[in-house]
Amino acid sequence: MSKANLLDRRAVVAALLKDRGGAIAVGGLGASTYDIAAAGDHDRNFYLWGGMGGAVMIGLGLALAQPTLPVVVITGDGEMLMGIGSLATVGLQQPKNLSIIVLDNEAYGETGGQASHTGAGVDLVGVAKACGIGDCRAISTMAEVEGFASTLQDVTAGPRFASAKIDDANLERVLSSRDGTYIVNRIRGSLGHSPI
Amino acid sequence: MHARAETAASWPEEIFSILQRFEVRQVPYVPDAGHSQLIERVLGSSTMRGIALTTEEEGVALLAGAWAGGQRGVLLMQSSGVGNCINMLSLVQIFRLPFLTLVTMRGEWGEFNPWQVPMGSNTQGILELSGVKVLRASHPEEVREVVEAGAAQAYNACTPTAVLLSQRLIGAKVFTK
Repeated sequence: MSKANLLDRRAVVAALLKDRGGAIAVGGLGASTYDIAAAGDHDRNFYLWGGMGGAVMIGLGLALAQPTLPVVVITGDGEMLMGIGSLATVGLQQPKNLSIIVLDNEAYGETGGQASHTGAGVDLVGVAKACGIGDCRAISTMAEVEGFASTLQDVTAGPRFASAKIDDANLERVLSSRDGTYIVNRIRGSLGHSPI
Repeated sequence: MHARAETAASWPEEIFSILQRFEVRQVPYVPDAGHSQLIERVLGSSTMRGIALTTEEEGVALLAGAWAGGQRGVLLMQSSGVGNCINMLSLVQIFRLPFLTLVTMRGEWGEFNPWQVPMGSNTQGILELSGVKVLRASHPEEVREVVEAGAAQAYNACTPTAVLLSQRLIGAKVFTK
């Protein structure tokens, strides 16, 4: 059951990616990867089925390699907490084309809904701000999601970070490809890079 | 056993040239004294970006993103950092990454600090169990050849490779009061 006033994760991700243009989208291990798949498969979707804690760093490597393309990392609170130091690394590098959004249900949904630190008040937006990420937002409405989505295309004003409080509904999984080599080579191909 | 040299060695410069030749662009690192000369060269380079990390596993994930975006990279760390990478090293197999890491060794060859020994003794084993081929350079005159071979197999054959730079090469750290 959805709680009142919390956002629907699929609606959030669909709104973020609706007018994505050439953007590359990186999903963290867990439900955020299913959400990106649910919004529609795309050559530039970087689905993660492992490497927990690595989503933001994969986004940073992509953003530095492709500075004219928007890169958006869409991950969960548990995945973000495991890679919390990567926010400090992003703060140091200041990639203008990188945006990070955490879908925060305050729980480890994939493993049975155990509570995460964010439910007890750990403030990811505060952490991101303290790490030197200039544009940091706590999102609680779809209008704010749409506002954030429209900034993603601006590759001159990042890095930016948002945390959207979502409901804890466990939705039907939408399974993307699990073949990492295929996923990466498809992104490379879309950027004009040939296989070795 | 010999202590760390006070004067600059020439092998870090040779490594830098090899990385330039292979068009390496992203150089994530956690600082180590044995890598200090190379890190300085990278940070002063116009073609490479040195990226300081909070923990070494960040570097593995960064290089996966870099490769997806069309750039090569190399991870610089010390042997203890290999332990921090273990789960993230699954990415090098999953993505068939052209992964190269240069690891300065501690916990061997005249080590003073016993806390370095457990991880230093297991660095090679952990890398191999994680699907990373391991090469080693122990003498200044072999560094160029070994790093070149490592870079070639990593970048040309997408064979994840670590080059261990022995403590015998970099010199045991001297602890004085």
